[in-house]
Amino acid sequence: MRRFVCIWFNSLKTDWYTVRHPNLKSVPFVLTANEHGRMVVTAVNEHAIAAGAFAGMVLTDARSMIPSLEAIEEPADLLDQILTRIAYWCIRYSPVVGIDKPDCIILEATGCCHLWGGEEQYLHDIINRLKGFGYNVRVAMADTIGAAWGVAHFARAYIVPAGGTITALLPLHPAALRLENEVIARLQKLGFRQIQDFITIPRTTLRRRFGAAFISRLNQVLGNEEELIEPVHQIEPYEERLPCLEPIATRTGIEIALKNLLETLCYRLQREQKGLRKAIFIGCRIDGDLQRIEIGTTSPSHNPTHLFNLFDLKLETIEPGLGIEVFILQAPIVETAAVEQEELWKVQSNLDNADLSELLDRVAGKLGANNFYRYLPAEHYLPERSIKRTTSLSEKSQTTWNINRPRPLLLQHPKPIEVTAPIPDYPPMMFRYQGKLHKVVKADGPERVEQEWWLQEGEHRDYYYVEDENGQRYWLFRSGHYDADKQNQWFIHGFFP
Amino acid sequence: MALNKADIRQQLQKEIFSLQGFKSTNANINAGNVELGPIKEVFPNCTFPLGAVHEFFCARPETTACTSGFIAGVLSSIMKSGGVTIWICKEPAIFPPALTSFGIDPEKVIFFYLRKQQEILWCIEEALKCKGIAAVVAELRDLDFTSSRRLQLAASKNNVTCFVLHQPSTATTASVARWKVLPLPSIADDDLPGVGFPQWSVELLKVRNGKTGTWQVQWTEVSFHFPAARTSVMLEQRKKAG
Repeated sequence: MRRFVCIWFNSLKTDWYTVRHPNLKSVPFVLTANEHGRMVVTAVNEHAIAAGAFAGMVLTDARSMIPSLEAIEEPADLLDQILTRIAYWCIRYSPVVGIDKPDCIILEATGCCHLWGGEEQYLHDIINRLKGFGYNVRVAMADTIGAAWGVAHFARAYIVPAGGTITALLPLHPAALRLENEVIARLQKLGFRQIQDFITIPRTTLRRRFGAAFISRLNQVLGNEEELIEPVHQIEPYEERLPCLEPIATRTGIEIALKNLLETLCYRLQREQKGLRKAIFIGCRIDGDLQRIEIGTTSPSHNPTHLFNLFDLKLETIEPGLGIEVFILQAPIVETAAVEQEELWKVQSNLDNADLSELLDRVAGKLGANNFYRYLPAEHYLPERSIKRTTSLSEKSQTTWNINRPRPLLLQHPKPIEVTAPIPDYPPMMFRYQGKLHKVVKADGPERVEQEWWLQEGEHRDYYYVEDENGQRYWLFRSGHYDADKQNQWFIHGFFP
Repeated sequence: MALNKADIRQQLQKEIFSLQGFKSTNANINAGNVELGPIKEVFPNCTFPLGAVHEFFCARPETTACTSGFIAGVLSSIMKSGGVTIWICKEPAIFPPALTSFGIDPEKVIFFYLRKQQEILWCIEEALKCKGIAAVVAELRDLDFTSSRRLQLAASKNNVTCFVLHQPSTATTASVARWKVLPLPSIADDDLPGVGFPQWSVELLKVRNGKTGTWQVQWTEVSFHFPAARTSVMLEQRKKAG
C-alpha cells in the first residue's frame, strides 16, 4: 500500500518574512504586489488578520483599517523559491518529493516511516522540525495524494490509516476534493455540505451535473486513478570516493586508486556527455591530514588516460605518511563535451585536435598555465598592439592580418639608438646600437604609424626598413616630426630576416 | 649511357644507406616536399630530412632573425600538409604577422615562453610525441649529446621535424643536420632603390649521410630562390676529394 504525506504551509510567505525579520513577529504586516497599477495585499500575518485585513484587498484599504500596518513588496517568484528549497530539504524524509503549487509539498512516504519508528513519529518529526524553523504547517498522511491533501486542509486527524480513506473523507467538506470554485459553489447550492452527501450517487449522474474533472478528482482521492507527482532532483556532485581496507602508503597503490576513481568518474561523465575542466584528488591520511592535488584542462575532457597523465605529473607531491585510507576525486568544474566521432580520414590540420589540447594541459599542469599563447590579429595601428594574445585553441580571428607593409620577424621593445640623419625625413646614414656602429646602405620608408589617441598619448612614429653594410636588416623609427631645434629620439624596434 | 651510370650510382648509394641503418620513412617521401633547390641534392635520397632534429647556430638577434626566416621558409612547405607548429622561445620576440610573408598562418603557431633549459627540453619532447604537430621550433642555450639523442629519437619515432636554435658550440650531438644562417645584402629587383628580397648565406655544417656546403639563399615572397647555385658545393667536394 502506498502512503503519501501532504505538508500544507498555511502562511508560508509571512512565516518566511517573520523568520528573517524577528521584529515583524509582534506587529501586523502584509505582503503586497503590484497588480495593474494598484498595490494588492497578497499575504497577511495573524495580527493583521485579527485586525480585519485579508489577502486580495487593496493596500490603501488595509492601511485605512490598520494605521500601523507594515507593508512589504514581495519579490516575483518568492513562493517558488521557498517551496523548492524546502522540497530539497525534505529529501531527507523521502526520496520522492514533489511541489504542489501554490503552498503544499507532497512526499511519497511508502516504506520510509519505519526508519523513524512509525508513522506517528515520522509525522511528528516533520511537524516539529518545520515548526522549529518558524513555519506553520498542517500535515496529513493517507493512501492517496488527494486524501492526504484533503485531510491536511480540512480535518483534525492527521493520519488516515491504510484502507481507511473513505471513512476519513465522508465528513469532510467537498472542497477537500480539490475542486474548482465554481463546482464547490454548485455543490453548496444543492445542499451537499459533506462528501458523504453525494458519494453514493451514481457516477454517471455526477458526471452529467459536475463534469468529468469532478469524477477524475473523486477517483484520484479514492485511489482508483493514478496521480503523479513531479519529484525534485538533487544535483548529484561529480565526486567519487574510494575507501581502502588497509591504509595505502605506496605510489603504486595511490596510482591504482586514482585510476579506479578516474574510470568511474569518466564513465559517468561520458554517459552524461560531459567533460571536466578541473579535478581535485584528495587523500585522507590516517592521521587526519588531507593531501590534495589539483589539475585543470583547456577543454572539457573525460579521457581517463589523459587525466591520469595530468595527475601523474603532480603525484609525487602527495605525502602518504603512515597511509591513506580514503581517496576522493572531485570535479568542481564540469562542462558539456561533444562526443568524439571516429574520423574516417584523419586530417591532421585542425587546432581542435584532442591530442593538442592534451599536450597543452600537460604543459599547463607542469609548468603553469600562462606559458603558451596563440596570436590573433587585432585592429590597431601600433605594431605591438596589432596582435591579440589568446590561450584558447578555438578562438577565431575577428579580422584579417594586415600584410601590406613589411614587418620584422623579431620584434622587441623599442630601444633608443644614436643616429646620424642628414636630411629631414630621410633614413639615417648610420646608427649606433649596443656600442656597434652600423652604416646604412639601403633603406625603405618612411612608413608613418600614428598613435592611437583614444588609447594613449604620444608622438607618431616614422618607420624605416634599413640594411647595413653586412646585410643585416633592422626596423628603426623616429619618434615625432623632424625638428631642427630639438633632437629627435630614434629607436630600434625589430629585426628583419 | 651516362644516365645509366648515374642511376647505378644512385642505387648503390641507396644500398649503402640501408647498410648504414638509414631509413627513408614514409613522411620523407609523402609529406611536405620542401623546396630547397640545390640544397636538396646533398641530402640522402635527395630529400630534406623530416622527422629529424636540425640544429641552427645563432648568437645575435640579427642571426636569430635570419635563422628564423630560413626556418619559416622551410616550415611553410611542411605546414602545407596540415598541422600546428609549436614555437618555444625564451621571451616574446617573434612577431606573428611577419610569418604571413613566409606563407604561414600565424594562428596555427602556438608560442611557448619558457626560460629553464630543463623545462624547454621536456616541452620539446612532449610536443614531439604529440599527434597533429607539424614541427617544433625551440630556442635553447645549448644542446648536449644526451638530450639531442632523446629529441632525435622522439622526432624520428613520430615523424615530427624539430628545429633547435642555440649558441654556436663544438659539442657532438645526435642531430641529423647542423646549419648556420648568416645575413647577406639583399638583392632588389631591377636595381630598384631600397631593400630587396632578404638574402642569407646558408651553411650546412653537418648532415648525416650527406654532404656539407654553403649556399646563397633568397626568399622571394613565396619560395626560396638560389642566385648562385652550387658553386660552393663543387668546391667542397673537390676539397674532400683532393
